[in-house]
Amino acid sequence: MRPDLELISDWVAPGSRMLDLGCGDGTLLAHLASSRQVHGYGLEIDPANVERCVASGVNVLQYDLDHGLGDFRDASFDMVVMTETLQAVAHPNMLLEEMLRVGREGIVTFPNFGHWRCRLQLAMGRMPMSRALPNTWYDTPNIHLCTVADFEVLCDSLGIEILQRTVVDQAHRSGLSLRLLPRLLGDICIYRLRRR
Amino acid sequence: MPDTFPADSVGLVTPQTLHFDQSLGLVSGRTLPTYDLVYETYGELNAARSNAILICHALSGDHHAAGYHATEEDKPGWWDAYIGPGKPIDTNRFHVVSLNNLGGCKGSTGPSSTNPATSQPYGPDFPFVTVRDWVQSQALLADRLGIERWAAVIGGSLGGMQALQWAIDFPERIRHALVIAAAPKLSAQNIAFNEVARQSILTDPDFHQGHYYAKGVVPRQGLILARMLGHITYLSEDSMRSKFDRELREGRLNFNFDVEFQIESYLRHQGRSFVDKFDANSYLLMTKVLDYFDPAADFDDDLARALEGVLARFLVISFTTDWRFSSARSREIVRALVDAGKEVSYAEIEAPHGHDAFLAPIPHYRAVFTNYMTRVAAEVA
Repeated sequence: MRPDLELISDWVAPGSRMLDLGCGDGTLLAHLASSRQVHGYGLEIDPANVERCVASGVNVLQYDLDHGLGDFRDASFDMVVMTETLQAVAHPNMLLEEMLRVGREGIVTFPNFGHWRCRLQLAMGRMPMSRALPNTWYDTPNIHLCTVADFEVLCDSLGIEILQRTVVDQAHRSGLSLRLLPRLLGDICIYRLRRR
Repeated sequence: MPDTFPADSVGLVTPQTLHFDQSLGLVSGRTLPTYDLVYETYGELNAARSNAILICHALSGDHHAAGYHATEEDKPGWWDAYIGPGKPIDTNRFHVVSLNNLGGCKGSTGPSSTNPATSQPYGPDFPFVTVRDWVQSQALLADRLGIERWAAVIGGSLGGMQALQWAIDFPERIRHALVIAAAPKLSAQNIAFNEVARQSILTDPDFHQGHYYAKGVVPRQGLILARMLGHITYLSEDSMRSKFDRELREGRLNFNFDVEFQIESYLRHQGRSFVDKFDANSYLLMTKVLDYFDPAADFDDDLARALEGVLARFLVISFTTDWRFSSARSREIVRALVDAGKEVSYAEIEAPHGHDAFLAPIPHYRAVFTNYMTRVAAEVA
């Protein structure tokens, strides 16, 4: 399993009712269902991923996140998770608010656009590409990239409290240097959030 | 039909009939004293009797869902694309039961059947039936067939509504419900279309208040009109355009009311070929079954509450260009299932066909369907 998913799992209370936004092939939901008796649904737009979820018995709903979460009631989930999806949606700010409307807590992960290698590539005059951001600028699903600082400013302006933050490198490790210089050294940012 | 059947066909099938002597109490308050149900089966029932699938048909469907009745038959059953060896509903793994519903005209008791009280056809005296009545009769059929619990109940359109009702009425008797191109109830617009269809039959001079059998006539024109109207709602605007556009049959305008545009020819053909195969009184009844369907009505219009006791897992499927029962209608079912904390997956299939897409071979639809059924098969094996 992707190491960031392993990290997230530790933040989900056993028996939670969970919604996974952009659940991919359903790996996280399947893992949490078997390891933590989590009851969940995944939202996914990609047909091939929907087929994979169905094949592995994960509850998947073929929804477009850009249409919001209007089908879900307020506080109807213990946890709403969104891994590496925020940067690919039309309105990240609105979706964040929606997440914390339907869920009591949220977990968000995204690639850090403020990583030193991104900064260096920009300084050299090119749009950054990395393992976390493998696409060219003209052909990328990642249309709303942000840095650690950007994200935290947004949370603050939306009245969202950051309960936990972990920043990891490409190998999804979190060492001392990452804790000291998360904004420069972090490849993937993982946040646990709730409404203030 | 060639001399041999395709390898993925269930081949030659023979309908069977079961007679029921016990009267059936109906939602309307009336009872059906005795009745017949005609059905087909494909694939073997396993020793544990756990691999049975019930197929529920839509408005004008019947028990003939797959295979051929005769080697000369040019078209197989209505859902042959999805039922057969190696198909999503794999007859190598499942025992499939497909019946004609009460009120129909293909062998199960309906308005054209003889009323034992009068020795005449029931005609308009055939009692109104509902989806709940159908599910009740299907449960009695299951009893007779020795099937305690369906591995899955599956249907498209009105068939999907039966699958939903099954999960509500008999939670212990259904493991999975596949609800395809359906809705939790009809909209005012849906009912409006049905009403126009009914009026065209009811006002046909040959209708004779439903007693047309004795007169040796059928309300031909009324039924043709009803079917033509129905067909408009089964196709998307895009598929109509791509099939017919404004194409003229003779390449020129004739300035008369004969067929000029190809779409007119298509609709008239659909109407005419239907009128010889379907009974007008049955058509009237079937549209009413649709109109009356509303499982949330007994639960303060709260579908999630209606679903509280459900034990089945659901697969809900809709199609992007279906405007008869749009994706939004399927999502109402999904939302209620999520609210009730039930197991559900939902696929919205990109398809140009409109409502009829549920019958069409579409790769994504087929893959989701196959993957789901593979898990069902593993569960009951």
